[in-house]
Amino acid sequence: MALFEARELHLRFGDRVVLENISLAFEAGCLSGIMGPNGAGKTTCFNVLTGRYRPDRGRVMFDGADITGRSPQAIARLGIARSFQLMNLFDEFTVFENVAIALPQTRKRGADPIGVAYGDAALVAEVHEILDTVGLGERVDQIAKSLPYGERRALEIAVALASRPKLLFLDEPTAGLGSDGRARLAELVHRLKGQVTLVVIEHDMEFLFSLADVISVIHWGQVIAQGSPAELRTNPWVKNSNLGKLA
Amino acid sequence: MRSGHRVPTLTPAMIAIWAAFATVPLWIEHIGLYQYLGVEILIFATYALAYNLVLGHSGLPSFGHGAFFGLGAYGFGLAQFHLVADLWFCLGAAVAAAALGGAIVAAFISHRRGIYYSLLTIAFGQVFWFIAIKSHAITGGEDGLLKIARLPARLGVVSFDLTHNISLFYFVLAVFVAVSLLLWRLVHSPFGRVLKAIKQNETRARFVGYDVWRYKAAVLVLSAGLSGLAGGLFAMAQSSAFPDVMSLHYSGYIVMMTLVGGGLVTFWGPVLGAIVFLLARDVIGAFTTGWMLWFGMLFVALVVYRPEGLGGLFLRPARAKPAAAK
Repeated sequence: MALFEARELHLRFGDRVVLENISLAFEAGCLSGIMGPNGAGKTTCFNVLTGRYRPDRGRVMFDGADITGRSPQAIARLGIARSFQLMNLFDEFTVFENVAIALPQTRKRGADPIGVAYGDAALVAEVHEILDTVGLGERVDQIAKSLPYGERRALEIAVALASRPKLLFLDEPTAGLGSDGRARLAELVHRLKGQVTLVVIEHDMEFLFSLADVISVIHWGQVIAQGSPAELRTNPWVKNSNLGKLA
Repeated sequence: MRSGHRVPTLTPAMIAIWAAFATVPLWIEHIGLYQYLGVEILIFATYALAYNLVLGHSGLPSFGHGAFFGLGAYGFGLAQFHLVADLWFCLGAAVAAAALGGAIVAAFISHRRGIYYSLLTIAFGQVFWFIAIKSHAITGGEDGLLKIARLPARLGVVSFDLTHNISLFYFVLAVFVAVSLLLWRLVHSPFGRVLKAIKQNETRARFVGYDVWRYKAAVLVLSAGLSGLAGGLFAMAQSSAFPDVMSLHYSGYIVMMTLVGGGLVTFWGPVLGAIVFLLARDVIGAFTTGWMLWFGMLFVALVVYRPEGLGGLFLRPARAKPAAAK
């Protein structure tokens, strides 16, 4: 049984159908890719899967439990984290605090009105470990908004990793990155593969085809093709589309 | 931040501010002012600190906070008239009445943010103000509650008479010290850091697992309760409670005090704002009844040229820029 499953999701905004009978399954330990043209419904799909939108119908299952319509915070506490297409950080916090605030142990102490924040040495060590993982070990005391773009992308992933997720959704992680940044990010995602189940929306086909175990193609709010990168390269629809040319 | 977020419980600035306030009764009359002004400044400084918990530290633009100040004032007076004429009980009633009001408001608005949050706080503020005016049998309507006594502060076998302005000043100073210490600890606690995170990015806070609604509700209740404490002290100081402190323009005063003082960038900014506001009222007001025009112009000038407020003048330029000014 897959770690995460979406069954026949349907969502409309007004009279516009944005997701139509979307069914997806993400196996534990794998990197699943989602691709499709702009406006296809990929990010909306992510938003439904992570609780931002409630589907009109269909079910979302995680680890055997039905999480359809649960709030983002409830879903996050179950062990599902995500990054965002548009940068979504605590800009005024340092790199350290961006990660520290997202740790489950900080969250558990969140109602403490007089204690010391981040005073625990184990917590500090964990933050450093996560920052080292994403290559920001030397930036701990820097304010998040002052980081270069590529490092902000890495910090996004660090914040998501801080919740020690079982499943990590990355929404266009290479957006806005140059070739060096993409290479560094590919290396990071490659390192994370195996440690955490990953689902990545990506426009960069080279990036996705080199890393994904399985890819789903979404277009017009529907899943129009699914398979391994090799299978998709020979898929007639993908071959005839722009996506196929890129792949 | 390598070794965590340790902030001392007592700081030199904190002790200096408390000590400076403690000297006020010794010289305030020598500069042409009066003892009661010192009491008023301390009450509004306490109120402004409580208000800034919501505006400055949590980024929640509440524009109807006068309702909670007023609920505290009425809570103090009504508890004294109808329940027990004991200072501690009446101050507790002031806090409880305002916190209850805050809880009611929080239940309806904590899922909102930005302009919708502001508008709802204004609407609820007006509702409380209207109720206070119309409930003549309870609140005295526009005539207010009169003859509220300055109750003695009983501490076991010792009792302190607070009928004189100087003794009341030192009592209010003790409350101010306690509230400022509590708020200082709170804004640097895990709870305070979560509030700061929510202020910066509510969506991200939600997606890392924080129940944002609960935090926003809790901070409004807490701020309302402490504003009610200040309201209770105000009712005792002026021996009366009137609905006008719940009105929209009185709610605006606390926003002005907080922003002028620099509540968006400094912990002590609201205290500075309360001092400047009340001094402007009395000093400029001695020359012209249109003192608010001049203060309003100062407010506009600060918003345009120094959005971080007067408190920002004491900060290094890199730190002085508030999130709201981006």
